[in-house]
Amino acid sequence: MSALVTGLRSMAQIFHRSSNSLAKISIVAVLMLLGGTVWAAYKINAGSFITDVEVAREQPVPFSHKHHVGDDGIDCRYCHTSVETSSFAGLPPTETCMGCHSQIWANAEVLEPVRASFRTGKSLEWTRIHDLPDFVYFNHSIHVNKGIGCSTCHGRVDQMPLTYKVNTLYMQWCIECHRNPAQYVRPRDQVFSMTYQYPENQSELGARLVKEYKIQSLTDCVTCHR
Amino acid sequence: MKSDEPLYWRSLEELASTDDFRAFVEDEFPNRTPDWNDPESRRGFLRVMGASILLVGASACTRQPKEVIVPYVRQPEELIPGNPLFYATAMSVAGIATGVLAESHLGRPTKIEGNPEHPASLGATDAAMQASVLTLYDPDRSQTVTRNGSISGWGSFITALVGARDVAGLKKGLGFRILTGTVTSPTLATQIQNFLAEFPAAKWHQYDPCGRHSVRSGAMAAFGKPLNTIYRFDRADVIVSLDADFLSSTVPGSLRYARDYSTRRRAAAENPNVAPPRLYIAENAPSVTGSMADHHFRMTAAGVAGFTADLARGGTGAASPEARGVLKDLEAHRGSSIVIAGEHQAPQVHAFVHAINQALGNVGKTVIYTDPVEANPLDEISSIVDLVKDMRDGAVETLLILGGNPVYDAPADLSFLDALKRVKLRVHSGLYSNETAAWCHWHVPEAHYLESWSDGRAYDGTASIVQPLIMPLYGGKTAHEVMNILANRADQSAHDTVRGYWQANHKGDDFDDFWQISLHDGVIAGTSFPEKLPPAAKAIDPAAIASLGATAPAGLEIVFRPDPCVGDGTLSNNAWLQEMPKPQNKMTWDNAVWISSKSAEHYGVTTGDVVEIELKGRKVAGPVWIMPGQADESLTIHFGYGRTRAGKVADGIGFDAYTLRPTDALWQGTGVSIRRKSDGYKFANTQHTQTMEERDPFRAATYAEFHKDPEFARPEEKRVAKDLSLFPLWEYKQHKWGMSIDLNSCTGCNACTIACQSENNIPVVGKEEVAKGRHMNWLRVDRYFKGPLEDPEMYFQPVPCMHCEDALCELVCPVAATVHSAEGLNEMVYNRCVGTRYCSNNCPYKVRRFNFFLYADWNTESLFGVRNPDVSVRSRGVMEKCSYCIQRINSAKIDAEKQDRPVKDGDIVTACQQACPAQAIVFGDLNNPNSRVAKLKRQQRDYGLLEELNTRPRTTYLARLRNPNPDLEKG
Repeated sequence: MSALVTGLRSMAQIFHRSSNSLAKISIVAVLMLLGGTVWAAYKINAGSFITDVEVAREQPVPFSHKHHVGDDGIDCRYCHTSVETSSFAGLPPTETCMGCHSQIWANAEVLEPVRASFRTGKSLEWTRIHDLPDFVYFNHSIHVNKGIGCSTCHGRVDQMPLTYKVNTLYMQWCIECHRNPAQYVRPRDQVFSMTYQYPENQSELGARLVKEYKIQSLTDCVTCHR
Repeated sequence: MKSDEPLYWRSLEELASTDDFRAFVEDEFPNRTPDWNDPESRRGFLRVMGASILLVGASACTRQPKEVIVPYVRQPEELIPGNPLFYATAMSVAGIATGVLAESHLGRPTKIEGNPEHPASLGATDAAMQASVLTLYDPDRSQTVTRNGSISGWGSFITALVGARDVAGLKKGLGFRILTGTVTSPTLATQIQNFLAEFPAAKWHQYDPCGRHSVRSGAMAAFGKPLNTIYRFDRADVIVSLDADFLSSTVPGSLRYARDYSTRRRAAAENPNVAPPRLYIAENAPSVTGSMADHHFRMTAAGVAGFTADLARGGTGAASPEARGVLKDLEAHRGSSIVIAGEHQAPQVHAFVHAINQALGNVGKTVIYTDPVEANPLDEISSIVDLVKDMRDGAVETLLILGGNPVYDAPADLSFLDALKRVKLRVHSGLYSNETAAWCHWHVPEAHYLESWSDGRAYDGTASIVQPLIMPLYGGKTAHEVMNILANRADQSAHDTVRGYWQANHKGDDFDDFWQISLHDGVIAGTSFPEKLPPAAKAIDPAAIASLGATAPAGLEIVFRPDPCVGDGTLSNNAWLQEMPKPQNKMTWDNAVWISSKSAEHYGVTTGDVVEIELKGRKVAGPVWIMPGQADESLTIHFGYGRTRAGKVADGIGFDAYTLRPTDALWQGTGVSIRRKSDGYKFANTQHTQTMEERDPFRAATYAEFHKDPEFARPEEKRVAKDLSLFPLWEYKQHKWGMSIDLNSCTGCNACTIACQSENNIPVVGKEEVAKGRHMNWLRVDRYFKGPLEDPEMYFQPVPCMHCEDALCELVCPVAATVHSAEGLNEMVYNRCVGTRYCSNNCPYKVRRFNFFLYADWNTESLFGVRNPDVSVRSRGVMEKCSYCIQRINSAKIDAEKQDRPVKDGDIVTACQQACPAQAIVFGDLNNPNSRVAKLKRQQRDYGLLEELNTRPRTTYLARLRNPNPDLEKG
């Protein structure tokens, strides 16, 4: 008390000495907080909480691509029949499942929804993993025809016991390839290969394939939005 | 005309340049909410801004909803999800079928295209055909069998109907009546005839309110037997139309006629060696055919009969210089002329036309006769008169109404409803539970044509199989199935019935192939009727025709016509057609009493006044519209409005013209009085909004002027140097899309507008919003008048986005939501748009449309089906406009790339281009010098709209050419 009175009397500094440091620290802290917020927002936005990357969804049947593709070696197009001809890659009708599963694992409990669908004629309802917004128009057939491999976007599904997406499907991600397709193009006969590795000389090979397949760098808005 | 008056004008207000008109034009989207005009305080503004930023932020934080994929259990073989399928079928209007290709996405019909193989379509459609797909999904359609208004079922209905038949069967069917519209379906006719053979005392009546009554009676009068007439407009040098609106969809074969006529016009405009056709028309109200005419004789409908009589008197006997001029021209073109009488003119006029075409040697050349296309041609008016008389006499025990709505549309003097109430069992089958259904004991839902197996004949007799694209949405049944109930075959499907008919009539053992081919092609090969040489037409006494006009007392005349949009009322509940501006006056959501300005002055009425019209003691009240080009002392009113049980869209709008219509004046009557009741009726009219003001948007010249100055469409002062730009010119390396619209071919029929609406998921906004200038059509058809107020020339100009190379809209968008593509498309990116509307402010063509509210219906589930899955459904607050059908461009490009070939000319057909019966719209790549569009743009008549602004529009026009008779040129 007395010190304060003395201080006031002698017209001491209004702020304590430590205020200087406090001010400096708080400026840095605010900047860091702002930066941190932005960083956190970015991370959250790019994280699986928002993007669902690497999040497996519940499905009527715990279908394993790992087993069907990786172990059994079934080609993508055996089930996704319209991937080369349509915008939609196609999901197999129950009939396709039953083609094998009327013979093997014919009584497995886990496959009961499939058999029920076949019996009743009521479709299975699969939860969409790769879900573009409704104002985006993506066409599988043209990408496959131009040498973009399945695994480039969908990852190693042959190693996925339950299916999840490996890419955000953000526009930023799409446009990276649309700006410079050479970095992701592979020979047409390798499109459906899950094990394909981009070679060391991809920049060279890519440039050659881009020319050979007449690939354009399409970055007009209406390429995807209409 | 004063020098400051515009050469081309769109409305009386513009011609007079009233203050109201100026104010309306200068405010681009007029009638904003009043508080926008209030002086808003800065603080209040900030408060609202802050709140909206918060709300926008919050509303943007939605997670994408979980979606499921539902694959087939057993996938149909031909079906590839994502790729549409097209099925050939046929749509019938008043019995006459036109072939269509219906687009199906995963079993869901979404779009109607014309069938290029079908002679009545050749790939074109009209607005009603385009809109028919919306009717399929209409939630107001009848959804259940009702008995006395309560829900019942097919089982009880079948028991009731079979019971009634059995009771009638005791007296060989006495008292059992069937009422249908005009029937061309061979299968249905056979079914009914088989029924009549079994029950000979039963009777079959036919009635269509806007059917071809006069045409049939006219042929009977001339030849003593029913004959069908087909015209070859591609071979005609001189066409004289006596009130015949043969380019509008009210005439069977009109799509084909528009195609033939425009082909000829185009050939003449491009090749000086081809003689341009000349069209004379005499009519009381301006029609789309009238807009194409080189000579428009404005006269009352009764006057048309007088004019016909004048023609009948022959070269020297004709009184009027017009008739003499026309006769001279016809005389000079024997064998290459057509005289055609209007569907609504008296049978005597038709009889005369048959005689004069014979005399001119046109028969077999430009005028072809065949057997009638109706399965059982009869005088439908006496048919309904007989029915009503028998009903009144109590001679009708059971009445089965297959389609139709006689309580609403039967002639008023018959008092159909009073007579109907005396029938013991009344059964109605129809798409809607309409005015007639309300008074029937039983109502059963009918299947839409896209849900039906059936057949029908086109204007030339060509038969088509109608095949369904979808199971009946509401359990409806076709007329075939109802007739099967009567034949004790309730379990036989329409498919088996139709197939059975054609199998029974097929010679040879390859029926399965025949059936598959017929289904695939949409036409049954070799079924068009062969040409028939008619007997000599009876000589016509000019006095008999003249008496038609002369005996009528002088004074006001009333003319009844089907509505240019909703027809006879069958299509009333179709919102696309309701919001389609009527070609002549650009009015939506209403019908009106058309009157000439002189008569309006005479009777002391003006546009917006509500008048009571009285004809023979019957009255109706409707608002007046002063129509330039309307004959004096002649009112025109249209059917299709004043509905009470049409559905949510059409109930309670407009007035019912049928309440005035007597049997002895089906199409026109005299002795009408009008009385002004009130004023201030508000129309929703699109002719002022989206104006380009007086900048010569429309250009026309006569052939003589064109030959003198081939560059008339592009005068020096409108041209801009090619390199005049602040920015370096962009080089279009790949494609350079462009469009050419031939104003010389366009009839203003609006098929393109509705095709665009269907293709691009364009919402309707309703009457109130249209009145505020907020209608959403991407492609509008502007209508211009030129010349005097009383009798102007009428022109049409379709205006989509111009896709300017130097697009003014792009410069002002703060968020780059509208940008240019490498192929020269002016892109509109909905997901970027924040709704500032600057782009629309800056667009000189006024082609941009803004979603002021959530216009797209996101709640009515049945309407989701009609949407094109390849185009975004826009939300509130977003600008939109013509994209040149980017979804079609992309799809064609992808197809070409997959086949490793360049995009060919003709691979990409925009929706408007595909629908156009006159082939006025051509789209293509300007970088390909051999493309059709590039060639058209090299023509001398090519000009750009507001080119002098240096916007470099990609859509350009070919100027209109007229071919007036030098003998008759005014002044």
